Amino acid sequence: MDGLDAFLLARIQFAANITFHILFPTISISLGWVLLYFKLRFVKSQDQFWMDAYQFWVKIFALTFALGVVSGITMSFQFGTNWPGYMEKVGNIAGPLLAYEVLTAFFLEATMLGVMLFARERVSETMHTVATLLVAGGTTLSAFWILALNSWMQTPAGFEMINGQAHVTSWFEVIFNPSFPYRLTHMLLASGLTVAFLVAGISAYRWLRDDRSAEVIASLKTGIYMAAMLIPLQIIAGDLHGLNTLEHQPAKLAAMEGIWKTEKGVPAVLFALPDEKAKENRYEIAIPKLASLYLTHSLDGEVKGLDQFEGKHPPVAPVFWAFRIMVGVGMLMLLVSWASVLRLAPWKKDPSRELTVWHARLLVAMTFAGWIALVAGWYVTEIGRQPWLVTGVLTAADAASKVPAPRIALTLAMYLVLYAVLLVSYISVVFYLARHKKHADKPFGDDGTAGDTEKALNVVNYPEKEGAAHA
Amino acid sequence: MLDLAPDLTQAAGWMPIVFLVVMGLAMLAYVVLDGYDLGVGVLMRRAGDDDKDTMIASIGPFWDANETWLVLGVGILLTVFPMAHGVILGALYLPVAFMLIGLTLRGVAFDFRVKARASHKPLWNRMFYTGSLLASWSQGYMLGSLITGFASDWWTIVFNAVIGAALVAAYCLLGAGWLIIKSEGELQLRAVRWARGSLWFTMAGVAAISIATPLVSPTIFAKWFSFPNIVLLLPIPAATAVLFGVIFRSLQRLPVRLGQGNEYGAWVPFGATVGVFLLAFYGLAYSLFPWLVIDKLTIWQAATAPEAMGVILVGALVVLPMIVGYTVFAYRVFWGKSTALKY
Repeated sequence: MDGLDAFLLARIQFAANITFHILFPTISISLGWVLLYFKLRFVKSQDQFWMDAYQFWVKIFALTFALGVVSGITMSFQFGTNWPGYMEKVGNIAGPLLAYEVLTAFFLEATMLGVMLFARERVSETMHTVATLLVAGGTTLSAFWILALNSWMQTPAGFEMINGQAHVTSWFEVIFNPSFPYRLTHMLLASGLTVAFLVAGISAYRWLRDDRSAEVIASLKTGIYMAAMLIPLQIIAGDLHGLNTLEHQPAKLAAMEGIWKTEKGVPAVLFALPDEKAKENRYEIAIPKLASLYLTHSLDGEVKGLDQFEGKHPPVAPVFWAFRIMVGVGMLMLLVSWASVLRLAPWKKDPSRELTVWHARLLVAMTFAGWIALVAGWYVTEIGRQPWLVTGVLTAADAASKVPAPRIALTLAMYLVLYAVLLVSYISVVFYLARHKKHADKPFGDDGTAGDTEKALNVVNYPEKEGAAHA
Repeated sequence: MLDLAPDLTQAAGWMPIVFLVVMGLAMLAYVVLDGYDLGVGVLMRRAGDDDKDTMIASIGPFWDANETWLVLGVGILLTVFPMAHGVILGALYLPVAFMLIGLTLRGVAFDFRVKARASHKPLWNRMFYTGSLLASWSQGYMLGSLITGFASDWWTIVFNAVIGAALVAAYCLLGAGWLIIKSEGELQLRAVRWARGSLWFTMAGVAAISIATPLVSPTIFAKWFSFPNIVLLLPIPAATAVLFGVIFRSLQRLPVRLGQGNEYGAWVPFGATVGVFLLAFYGLAYSLFPWLVIDKLTIWQAATAPEAMGVILVGALVVLPMIVGYTVFAYRVFWGKSTALKY
């Protein structure tokens, strides 16, 4: 019983840690590229407002990055403290992938970040731009290695078991395992969407507080157009990823869809309370045959149900619900971002177009929408893999450590308090920064910035406007 | 001792040694590099508000990359010596957790203190200090545990706690040396006084470890106190004593010189302290080799499969020189006295 308690506590601790950790790299990965975009626009146009946007967002980047680094270090230690069996069994594969992340990405990001943040007056403009590029590239490279490993744990390939240990037969197959391309694309797009809504939300917040400077307008539009472009791609990528899951992890898919029995022409369940004891959905609202259509592209296609994986399928309710939250937030993102584009209508020649106050408030409310979809999606992926840590190779229970439960409970309590404080601090500081810009950019109407605002309204190219931006 | 080792002409024989060296160097780089910025964090409690900003500015561009060496060191332990990783981190569960919480607190306080509202700044400054202290002390505690072979009797815990305090002092000495190089005026003179205060504790700590290490393990005792080893090894404690003397004399002379605006020798305390760290590291490495857990687990028993080590080795050989290259670049960019951080 003691061992079981320790196992449960270790799981909760690790879950808390990865949930907290993933919030921050998700922002740094894409925000790095957004910063590079701002910087390149500035270099090309020499319009100060692009640099102002850079300098505002680089602060949030630095804060995000710091949180990602410290929680990431914690995670790297917890592999050993909580799951010693993991490295002992699959260390020959996980080890090199993690080592390559540290060697190729970690040092590069951390070193160039110093140059990017503090050395703009000490190095040439080009070197500063290169540092920004290297930081963005480093974060993305990190994502590449980590997702290669995570995907391998989901759909292992390219190895053989010798004396209970995994040995590589093909590194190419290990890295480019069946689910990797889908998972990487899905994750990078999720990162892009998280940042798009963050940038749009914070900019809308500044706009609502009467900061209508060129920098704010430019950031706002960047966020909105980015979201509007990425969300359809994400829906396609998500669908393809789902098909891949159907092929390689049917138990996870059955849990996502709430399909208990293997059937032809399965319905798409919109709402239900999955009941694991009775092995059925209660209060189900479903559209007949739809799931077969989008999963097998045939109305009568057969889909494997949970009955095929007795005792070896993930807990259904959390996966089922997390999946619906992810998709629901995704749909909301589609509506809000496209409505925003329509509102700002780049193809119309009306120069006075602006957001309405309510529209801006909606964007503010969705500032961290990306996080919700992201964490939900992360739970679908990670809980959906249970009871396996590495599908078919190692269960989580077999990898758990023998650390006594009270120690895990103590450290878990400390981590939870710390994470709660840091999360609240992070969100409040981001909004605080939005209220109090410390760098010098002048509000619209000040000498010399009217032209900037006009250019900012043209962030995405469209025919020259007639007349002033604001009458 | 070599009877422990398998055939050194085979990959399974020599590769663990290579990785032990790489891991050792990564840990050494970590202790020296993050050591000075942790030390600056601990010293911050004694500084005035303006000085606090200058002190943070002196480590701002570097702390993040400094900490990455820890990830590399632990990463090698995790990936190349998975057996030892589980045993060591399992035994060090609590100090590791305390260290991580300390590193987390200081890492985020660094950013929050200038970005949050001004009235919160003193709070984040305290967090930065507390985090630095907690992380430094936990690392010292872990060092003590490693030497005592993870025993958990009362005296061992006291010994480990004392080594924890000694490492805090050693980091403060390193941090003060760093500040002497990077700061000017009143703060610089204050850093000299801080260094003097830390020096005695550091010497006591180094002495305690040197005496305790051979006593806890007959294996280590035999290694040091047999002929001719003892003659060959004598230079290590002797050179350490000389370096401590150099630091002591330099700290006596520096205030007058710096007061006259003469920076000659400002590098000596930091440089000599790094020297002490190198020697202590060498002594420790000699004592422990080839054990990862004293008398229990050798590097060969703990090592992963040769083909996995080979893959990492290729990457490390290609990438490590690049890492050293751009690290040098970053230090050159921020060469000289530290200036206010702004971006």
